[in-house]
Amino acid sequence: MFSEWKFTAKDIAEKPDLFLSGHRACAGCGPATVLRLIMKAVRGPTIVTNATGCMEVVASIYPYTSWATPWLHTAFETAAANAAGIETALKIMKKKSKIKQEQIDVIALAGDGGTYDIGIQALSGAVERGHDFLFVLYDNEAYMNTGIQRSGGTPLGASTTTSPAGTAIPGKLEHKKPIADIMVAHGMPYVATASPYYWRDLLVKVRRGIEVNGPAFLHVFAPCPRGWRSDPAKSIELSRLAVETCIFPLWEAVNSEYQLSAPSKVMALSPQKKKLVKEYLQVQGRFRHLFTPKYEKMLGDIQRITDERWQRLLKKCGITQPAKTA
Amino acid sequence: MKSVVKQEVLALNGDEAVAYAVKQSDVDVVAAYPITPQTIIVEKFSEYVANGEVETEFVCTESEHSALTACLAASATGARAFTASASAGLALMHEMLFVTSGCRAPVVMAIANRALSAPLNIHGDHSDTMAQRDSGWIQMYVENAQEAYDSIIQAFRIAENLHVLLPVIVGLDGFTLSHTLENVQTLSDEAVKKFVGTRQFPKVMSHEGKTVPFRLDPENPMSMGPIALPNYYFEFKRQQEEAMRNALSVIQHVNEEFGKISGRSYGDGLLDPYMLDDAEIAVVCLGSTAGTVKAVVNELRADGVKAGVLRMRTFRPLPVDGIVDALRKVKAVAVMDRSMSFGGSGGPVFHEVRHALYDLPAHPYIVNYIYGLGGRDTSPTQIRQIFEDLRGIVQTKRVESSVKYVGLRE
Repeated sequence: MFSEWKFTAKDIAEKPDLFLSGHRACAGCGPATVLRLIMKAVRGPTIVTNATGCMEVVASIYPYTSWATPWLHTAFETAAANAAGIETALKIMKKKSKIKQEQIDVIALAGDGGTYDIGIQALSGAVERGHDFLFVLYDNEAYMNTGIQRSGGTPLGASTTTSPAGTAIPGKLEHKKPIADIMVAHGMPYVATASPYYWRDLLVKVRRGIEVNGPAFLHVFAPCPRGWRSDPAKSIELSRLAVETCIFPLWEAVNSEYQLSAPSKVMALSPQKKKLVKEYLQVQGRFRHLFTPKYEKMLGDIQRITDERWQRLLKKCGITQPAKTA
Repeated sequence: MKSVVKQEVLALNGDEAVAYAVKQSDVDVVAAYPITPQTIIVEKFSEYVANGEVETEFVCTESEHSALTACLAASATGARAFTASASAGLALMHEMLFVTSGCRAPVVMAIANRALSAPLNIHGDHSDTMAQRDSGWIQMYVENAQEAYDSIIQAFRIAENLHVLLPVIVGLDGFTLSHTLENVQTLSDEAVKKFVGTRQFPKVMSHEGKTVPFRLDPENPMSMGPIALPNYYFEFKRQQEEAMRNALSVIQHVNEEFGKISGRSYGDGLLDPYMLDDAEIAVVCLGSTAGTVKAVVNELRADGVKAGVLRMRTFRPLPVDGIVDALRKVKAVAVMDRSMSFGGSGGPVFHEVRHALYDLPAHPYIVNYIYGLGGRDTSPTQIRQIFEDLRGIVQTKRVESSVKYVGLRE
């Protein structure tokens, strides 16, 4: 189904960047790292379209741009509709010989706001219609561009400016929407999750998402030091911890068949390697209040819910061995 | 004018006439969502697609918002794109109307004009497009199905003109035009294809310092739809205004060129005056109502009353000079508005006409009639009363009320 793509770190380093330096992202920005990596995995001519959000704003301040490939932004909720329009135009223009290229790939980029919330209608519609494009969700778990407001992707207990941890309420009271599962439920050919620490896994999944015929969805974990109140030097470490704690497991669903990816398989096969969520939460200021006597019960809730979700995933992946918390 | 090509008469309603024009205009992408009274356009076009009669990709989106977005993105990629909507659908597109004109994407959209909720009403008025007045789209209103057909074809030429590059709305009155069967003279496929031509792209300087065609092309990477801060945003908007100014003469030129191949033209393309040369009293209106007003003018003229009509075919850009020229000698003018500007001093067309005439040393009396909201019928008798009112104003030199409502229970 997928072509064999062999590459070394050197190959990737030497491949020209399509997302160039000079943009105005913050130090330690997860999404900027993710975008640079994603663009290393393209197979040929590619058009990128971007929802409104941090990555659009930092990389396209007129008259400057960080994009060395054609790039379109229209609005916040429109990444998938943009991709639908571009893909449709390319298809008919190729048929009418109005363009020369045999193949031009289309990638849509959106943050959690542009995917979980305001953009989900356009995304669901474009996937249902079967447009051939890769939708990449870079998930930094809140509306960071407007100043850290909660989204459907913000996890339980996180303090944001619209779900602040106060004396009565311990941050966000609702769960993170299982967006990738929702996309699998569309019956689309390719859905995967990825995290930039596991860069090789990420690149392979981008390439697969591009190669597959029809819509593909890639959910990429993307730490935001400003919003998470975390050390900018630890963004990549956090993207490893999220996988090791099984807060953000890595998997693929090809034609709705779930399969654990190698980094998460380690935790499935050797449950003792699975870390406690506390390790991940305690290095982020957005969860600081959970480490006070008043709200520490929520820490237990987060561990329990993480374990339950992990068990459900293992079941979907056909792994029966129960994974015990370390 | 004499037609230079053979034409076929087809029995089409306004929506079908639009779909037929789109079919002939070598459109690459149609993305749309159904809504009454526009639905026949997308249904008819779907049939063309299903029967392999068009080389067009049809995208049936999940909302009007995505329909216009897909057209905008397709247009940015280099395709010729068309959509259609009405009422709530156009209102849902509101955000993307501004993005489309701001991105200078020459999308063409037919609107089967319909009232806005609440209360829910599917019938004709101009509330939907008037609410989008300042969205940066060219707005044209047609009088009949024939003009709907002709104007859609012209709209592609106007939108894609390199001095314009703005999206165009062609408005046809819901039901009155969208659903009423007429004999429509149609040009051959070849004649339309030739008239519309292939889409051209302006040359712009990319971030790499190269002069490249303005579209998404991997060989000439360009960032489209960027963020512009206070140091650049204003200039973008000023350029849109310049393009609107340019559209005035382009619309006139396209109307004239179209006349050469079809034998049909509509005034100067911007304004369509009838019996105005020596008129003492006149009605200004848009759309299908002009037909009724013209019939009344004929009767009045037979009685020796010097009455005339100014049909505004193009509302954006506003043909200010033409309005002034057409009405400078008239003694009293009634402006008919088929929408309301709540809390304003009359309807939107009234505002514009009164404003245009303000600088005349001696301007006519100008009054406003709000009519036909939610599809309410406007009869020749009511139009005759409007002219009667104007005669009274001329005689008494007095305006009792500058805004009146036609056929309303009060």
